[in-house]
Amino acid sequence: MAEYLTLFISAVIVNNFVLTRFLGLCIFFGVSKNLSASLGMGMAVTAVITLSSTLAWLVYNLVLVPLHLTFLTTVVFVVLIASFVQLLEMVTKKFTPALYNMWGIYLLLIATNCVVLGVPLINVESNFSLAKSVVHTIGAGVGFAVAITLMASLREKLILADVPKPLEGLGVAFILAGMLALSFLGFSGMIAI
Amino acid sequence: MQTALLVLTVMLLTGIVFGFILAYANKKFAVEVNPLIHLVEDALPKGQCGACGYAGCAAYAEAVVLNPDVPPNLCVPGKGPVADVVAELTGKTAPPVEPRIAHIRCAGSMGKAVAKYQYFGVEDCVAANLLQGGQKSCIYGCLGFGTCVKNCPFGAMTLLPEGLPYVDPEKCTGCGKCETVCPKNVIEMLPLGAKVSVNCNSKDKGAVAKKNCSAACLGCGLCKKNCPHDAITIVNNLATVDHKICIEKCDNPTCIAKCPTKAIEAVVKEHVVEKVAV
Repeated sequence: MAEYLTLFISAVIVNNFVLTRFLGLCIFFGVSKNLSASLGMGMAVTAVITLSSTLAWLVYNLVLVPLHLTFLTTVVFVVLIASFVQLLEMVTKKFTPALYNMWGIYLLLIATNCVVLGVPLINVESNFSLAKSVVHTIGAGVGFAVAITLMASLREKLILADVPKPLEGLGVAFILAGMLALSFLGFSGMIAI
Repeated sequence: MQTALLVLTVMLLTGIVFGFILAYANKKFAVEVNPLIHLVEDALPKGQCGACGYAGCAAYAEAVVLNPDVPPNLCVPGKGPVADVVAELTGKTAPPVEPRIAHIRCAGSMGKAVAKYQYFGVEDCVAANLLQGGQKSCIYGCLGFGTCVKNCPFGAMTLLPEGLPYVDPEKCTGCGKCETVCPKNVIEMLPLGAKVSVNCNSKDKGAVAKKNCSAACLGCGLCKKNCPHDAITIVNNLATVDHKICIEKCDNPTCIAKCPTKAIEAVVKEHVVEKVAV
């Protein structure tokens, strides 16, 4: 049990996918302009990577490993995740329109995102068991949600700040992300896996 | 060689399997959208101004098709023609839309209005208004940071160098977005064809208003006395024109002649004539 908790916390804080591994930066900057959108994005990412990396783990361990085709992992995962997100979009649109209205626009943005591909790749590279990889993935999703929510709250405050002209908009957002990443670096070494 | 074949098979199979799953899901989970919604949406001007009270043109199209209680004439920028099309598509009857145009009820440009303090904050009327009601002594006047200009969905407004916005009558669709975003409530929607307009929003008493701004309406009532049709009333020290009477009865606005501060003026004619002709 403690092992899983460690894994979870390390994925959320210590090895935060956005702020220490620098994955998923395009949505991190793209959708962090307001808080409610970034919350929706965080939830959508968590749901999508949890489901798709479980699927990816199954395909990897049941198909690619027995056939000695592990060098195909990246290609297969790309196809897998892209189609799976499409499928998820159709299913939510049909059965839970409320959820679709909340997530719909984000789902397609995630389809080929690096954080969504990166998490299952790291899972199989670290030889996690299925349970471990699920815990690690949920941690990664929550970590992403935490990072993007923090960023959105900061950027909402930033609107009122007196920013030098050349740094307005994305420029100052990058500086802010750098500072956030520095502060998250303070957690490194807290947990070693 | 064997590996190459295996790779080919695996990739091909993956592609085929997912292709079929997606094709099947597309059929199985298809959500039927009323095609009328798209037709109605195409007929709308797509300014996404929200004057209809919905989140955007698509939201209004959906509401007007699906909900029998939503009238087809809510699109203000589209005016009559769009209301007619929407009414025809949805099988509803459209009462006519009254065309209108945005009007800034303030002539207190930089030289005319007295400043209370110098403002160095965010270039936005809402922000400036939070600080003691803005930098002008007159708390009713236009602050001139162009919040309306930034929010105009049709690019019809420009900020003039003297610090007041200008409405391009050719581009203004009368959606009223500027009216809602203005923190001073200084913008009113004039009916198209209005003869005169009061260019002041000050509810201060004459002496105070005059001290604050040389272009202010003093509430003296000279325009009221000079109007033969009783279209003007003085409410809260401010001349208010009933445009309905004015448009119907008046050919020769005599009210503007005697105004000591030129706060009541004729609406520039040629634009209005062009607009009505279209």
